[in-house]
Amino acid sequence: MSIMEYNGGSVIAMVGKECVAIASDLRLGNQALGISSNFQKIFQMTDRIFLGLPGLATDVTTLKETFRFRVNMYTIKEERELEPETFAHMVSSALYERRFGPYFIEPVMCGLQKTHDGSYKPFIAATDLIGCLNFAKDFVVAGTASSKLFGVAEGLWEPDLEPEDLFETCAQTLLNAVDRDAYSGWGAEVYVLTKDKVIKRTLKGRMD
Amino acid sequence: MDISFALTGKGYVILASDTTAARSIVKMKVDEDKIKVLSPHLLMAYSGEPGDTVQFAEYIERNIRLYQIRNTYALRPPSAASWIRRTLADSLRSRKPYAVNLLIGGYDTSTHQPHLYWVDYLGTMSEVPFAAHGYGAYFALSLLDREDGLMSGSSYHDPEAPLEEGLKTLRRCLDEVAKRLVVTPEKYKVKVVDKDGVREIEI
Repeated sequence: MSIMEYNGGSVIAMVGKECVAIASDLRLGNQALGISSNFQKIFQMTDRIFLGLPGLATDVTTLKETFRFRVNMYTIKEERELEPETFAHMVSSALYERRFGPYFIEPVMCGLQKTHDGSYKPFIAATDLIGCLNFAKDFVVAGTASSKLFGVAEGLWEPDLEPEDLFETCAQTLLNAVDRDAYSGWGAEVYVLTKDKVIKRTLKGRMD
Repeated sequence: MDISFALTGKGYVILASDTTAARSIVKMKVDEDKIKVLSPHLLMAYSGEPGDTVQFAEYIERNIRLYQIRNTYALRPPSAASWIRRTLADSLRSRKPYAVNLLIGGYDTSTHQPHLYWVDYLGTMSEVPFAAHGYGAYFALSLLDREDGLMSGSSYHDPEAPLEEGLKTLRRCLDEVAKRLVVTPEKYKVKVVDKDGVREIEI
């Protein structure tokens, strides 16, 4: 049994038209035994960055705390807000620091990157457990249901979705993928990030 | 293997732990208290590798006490639980990690909310309405999850139940374990934490 599948859980992020979405399930398990149906894996790092941390649950909490600390230190020292692309490299280097004794997490992140003309460009990225970055143009997935998420997302996602359509696509992709995975599910939450607001929705899911 | 349960109710948390100290197939002791009182409104049930458990619990107990002496007030349950979790998580990646599983129950005297945390030896932590460690978990969790079919909306565990009802629910868990588990502990120590502090209850 792999340590990456010990607690279960999955995350997906998608790009839309001037918006991004990130969604995760809410299960915390000990292998097949469910412990909690309210274990959050997505964290807001700044006003414009969200981070999803599927993997070993102890490292979910540890890394959430680590990144809160690092983002705060960056903001104070630089006296400006952290950009999503910079944050992705921060995540990558934090994980690579532990190259030979890694945190068992595959982070997924999304945000809105400020462009030169002052508008916002959607940004998503994911890394493996030692920090190898993957900048995708459409969607990124991670967790125990990642193979199923790839399949459903490939079928449902299309370019330039409006926030509400992106929410529906992201939510349905996650919900249907985790129903085929025993280690993910037990409810879900979705965040849609647009240039002037964040929409958070908690979804009911199958409880088996 | 030790068994511990915990559940929350209206303004209280109940923690229960069996009282046997075993080594291999032999019971060495039948009146071991495995629930530590960390502060006036904080309880911690511990189980796991013998030796590690007491050592770790005493380390936590004294550091929580030290904080209270230095700052004149005790850590609130969420902060105490976070610190305990971090101690375990750091220990996990050390040369000799502590193999200790915990249930941390506390009453927040500022917000008047009961808190219960499930923590395992890896440093996994989750705030839950009810929890269990050991083989008892396989019986008790499903029992506490159960929704009563006849009276729709009511379930076996109710976070709004008064103490007497909570203790009845706990009794159900202990009976279920006694009925179905091959090796049943004969005695449990039960402690409650609420607005009046910590007290032991005979069950």
